[in-house]
Amino acid sequence: MNKIWIITKRELRSFFDSLMAYVMIVLFLGFSGFFTWLFGNDIFLVNQASLQSFFGISFWTLFFFIPAVTMGLLADERKSGTLELLVTKPVSDWQIIAGKFFAAFFLICITLALTLPYYITVASIGKVDHGAVWMGYFGLLFMSASYISIGLFASSITSNQIVAFLIALFIGIFFHLIFGLAGSSGGWVAGILGYLSLSNHYESMARGVVDSKDILYFLSIIFTGLIGTELALSRRNISN
Amino acid sequence: MEVIVENITKTYGFQKAVDNISFKVNQGEIVGFLGPNGAGKTTTMKIITCYMRPNEGDVRIGGVSVLENPEEVKKHIGYLPEANPLYKEMPVIDYLHFVAEIQGVPSGKIRERILEMIKICGLKQERYKKINELSKGYQQRVGLAQALIHDPEVLILDEPTSGLDPNQIVEIRELIRRIGREKTVILCSHILAEVEATCDRILIISKGQLVADGTANTLRKQAQDKEIVKVTIEDGERNEIYRSLQALDAVELVDLLPANTQSYEVQSKPGISSRKAIFRLCADKGWTLTEMTPIERKLEEVFRELTITN
Repeated sequence: MNKIWIITKRELRSFFDSLMAYVMIVLFLGFSGFFTWLFGNDIFLVNQASLQSFFGISFWTLFFFIPAVTMGLLADERKSGTLELLVTKPVSDWQIIAGKFFAAFFLICITLALTLPYYITVASIGKVDHGAVWMGYFGLLFMSASYISIGLFASSITSNQIVAFLIALFIGIFFHLIFGLAGSSGGWVAGILGYLSLSNHYESMARGVVDSKDILYFLSIIFTGLIGTELALSRRNISN
Repeated sequence: MEVIVENITKTYGFQKAVDNISFKVNQGEIVGFLGPNGAGKTTTMKIITCYMRPNEGDVRIGGVSVLENPEEVKKHIGYLPEANPLYKEMPVIDYLHFVAEIQGVPSGKIRERILEMIKICGLKQERYKKINELSKGYQQRVGLAQALIHDPEVLILDEPTSGLDPNQIVEIRELIRRIGREKTVILCSHILAEVEATCDRILIISKGQLVADGTANTLRKQAQDKEIVKVTIEDGERNEIYRSLQALDAVELVDLLPANTQSYEVQSKPGISSRKAIFRLCADKGWTLTEMTPIERKLEEVFRELTITN
């Protein structure tokens, strides 16, 4: 556990040192703030004390931002050769993967924590369904963790950050959009695809419904991504 | 802590990068690992340092197998990889702190170890700079510092002096020799002079196979079981001297050196010396023998012979 934290700490520092973290936070707050308070389907138009519009826009912003955060995590280490350095230190592959996963996850947590003033503002101007807001935040965290896991996998199979970014988006768009669209038609195939759609699970959470099926769904995506990452890392043992 | 490599084989696709290599390095020994590019040196180092597993065979470090307990093995190894990869955006001191932490140096001793490494590797002026602002030589020192920070029992260095100036090279070699008195050191290098100057023993690898194992002197002898002497004989007719030398029992081959001199290169038959016979010949014929020098083969030639013929 200690080793994981050492790696997480280093990654987080490098996010902040490379300005990546600041750019991410400023852009995310800018986008989500603009669409929550000022433009489009904003709170004043809906005229309800709820954060639904914020969760709606975050659902999309995070989808694009997370691959940008995760793309360098392993691809860059592979390119600069520091992966060899890290792997030959007394840590296991799993500790490296977990350390990097948590670093990206904490960055998202920090970003989302900075939107808590939205919650406080809305709560002070009307009657807010507190349960729904918290479930919405949990939904965003579960979704983020899933995309981080997919992004980490994409980053582990290439040494090019741009390729990692595009692969992450490509895999992500299926869960984000395509499975949902395909699932809306009839038939048992559509049923399965509908179940695989991340947006369906996210929406039921954002409405404030806690279902163990949704949590199980997110956890399985997270673990599948992490196992894929581990397999990609251990490929060096088989050939080059 | 001794390093025992047992019959390791590593295959990339259909190509055997390392083919059934075995050797042993004892504590307090500095071993030079030589070989042409693509001979499997770096692959062997990567297997010893637990970067990847061999297809067959095993490596034991202090009795612990890299297959069974890599985490334990890795604690005792200090490794400087070939291209010296570093987290370039980190300041030197933070980077060393990170490596010390991850190597499991107790938190109370980390500061002390970092200061010592900065002193040993001469990084005092540069300690707060980011690594990518340093010159190649200083980056190499940072690489060495990170390999030594946890005071490892086994030190594996791939091209440790590349990019250093001559003064630094001397310092680093001295440092390696000092460490090598108590620790186990494996040093990969292309620079034969360096290996000869620093190492107690030399291993030569070619096409994935170990082709030589011994001190620089034994390697020279091994590769040169035929004595070669350069002789200069005056007061005689050139062709007659040539024929007489060739006629000696112990002599296999005589080479005429360029025509204006009276020198010959005499190669003896395997295992016997022709020097006495040459001297007697000159005494009998009344020629003056003015020079007789055994030609010592350079390590470069030994290396070439071993790695090309194999």
